[in-house]
Amino acid sequence: MKGMWWKLLGIVLVLYAIIGGFLMPVPSMPILNETIRNTYFHIPMWFAMMILMTASLVNSIQYLSSGNLKKDTLASETINVALLLGFLGLFTGMIWANYTWGTPWTNDVKLNGTAVAILIYVAYIILRGSLQDEHRRAKVAAVYNIFSFVMMMLFINVIPRLSGTDSLHPGNGGNPAFGEYDMNSTMRMVFYPAVIGWTLIGTWIVSLRMRINKIENKLFYD
Amino acid sequence: MYKELLLEWKQKNAFVGILIYVISTVFLTYFSFKRIISPETYNALFWIIILFTGVNTVSRSFMQESEERQLYYYQIASPQGIIVSKMLYNSLIMLVLTLIALGVYVTFLGNPIQNYNLFFVAIILGSLGLGIILSMVSAIASKTGNNPTIMAILSFPIILPFLNTLIGLSSNGINGIDSAQNLKFIIVLVSMNAIVAALSYILFPYLWRD
Repeated sequence: MKGMWWKLLGIVLVLYAIIGGFLMPVPSMPILNETIRNTYFHIPMWFAMMILMTASLVNSIQYLSSGNLKKDTLASETINVALLLGFLGLFTGMIWANYTWGTPWTNDVKLNGTAVAILIYVAYIILRGSLQDEHRRAKVAAVYNIFSFVMMMLFINVIPRLSGTDSLHPGNGGNPAFGEYDMNSTMRMVFYPAVIGWTLIGTWIVSLRMRINKIENKLFYD
Repeated sequence: MYKELLLEWKQKNAFVGILIYVISTVFLTYFSFKRIISPETYNALFWIIILFTGVNTVSRSFMQESEERQLYYYQIASPQGIIVSKMLYNSLIMLVLTLIALGVYVTFLGNPIQNYNLFFVAIILGSLGLGIILSMVSAIASKTGNNPTIMAILSFPIILPFLNTLIGLSSNGINGIDSAQNLKFIIVLVSMNAIVAALSYILFPYLWRD
């Protein structure tokens, strides 16, 4: 049972977010109406993804400074899970957009940012796949990871402010919002636990994958 | 470092090859469009040609070198010296290629450019940025054992934010828009170049020490 508490906490929080997200009262807003409940799924997944990507960045930097292969595996597994969460976030967003905007994909700065982020990390996985030697793979992947993370951050944070066009997302450009100021306290009660819950679940998957990796390596070397 | 630049300059035939590549691509677009297109298409097409040229040119910079020659460089120069000289050289090449491409492009497809100063600022910053970013990506891609597709896969998503800003700026140049927006674009492009250059400077030694 030792070390189990945070996994349980993760399950409880995500369950709470699902049940609470569907059943608890939400403020009614123009256009959004009940679709506002997607806040509890779409956005926490993105948050968890960003947290995992940052964790992967930290692991890559640690790998470069220490040369510990375990850090490298950790970085790559974190990326895998972050990518999974990214796809889930993308699909929940697309379903939502289909009903709210009438189309699953528009030329929106945030959507483009997402597409780029996903492309970058798929490229990361392909890069890893094309290298055989473990140490060389670790080094090259870590360098690419750091490099691309910075570029992605630039894209997500700088370009939307530059282009002058507001995102269609709620909370941008005067759209009805679930931003900081419009989210009432009931919604916050579900939203923040959901973020923590998804992050914990993500971390759990990473730790499981790490263990599988360990076993596989052992079999391979024996 | 200057020696490095001179060594690079010796591969002139590769340069001529790329030159032909640029010219024939432009000619191809001329055949496809035949006349002046809308400024947006004109602009986007121009930068796409430059991007593909860049990927083709710069990917040679690390891949074409044999292991032996890399070992030789390893002995005579510091990794920082190598990456800086590669970045400078590639930016220079990109600048020359972009200017030549612009010349050919304008001859064939017409010249809708209204604000030349702005457009040339875009060209200089653009070739500098492409040179810097692609040098680093090429260094990464060369480690995978001369696989040309990997270069495109790795570089396109990374270069997108840069290209996006660049196209915005040069489109303002073509349309002759003289707004405060331009300064913002220029600042972002310069800072992106600086960030990428600094990152490459820090990260390249890790790649090189292999």
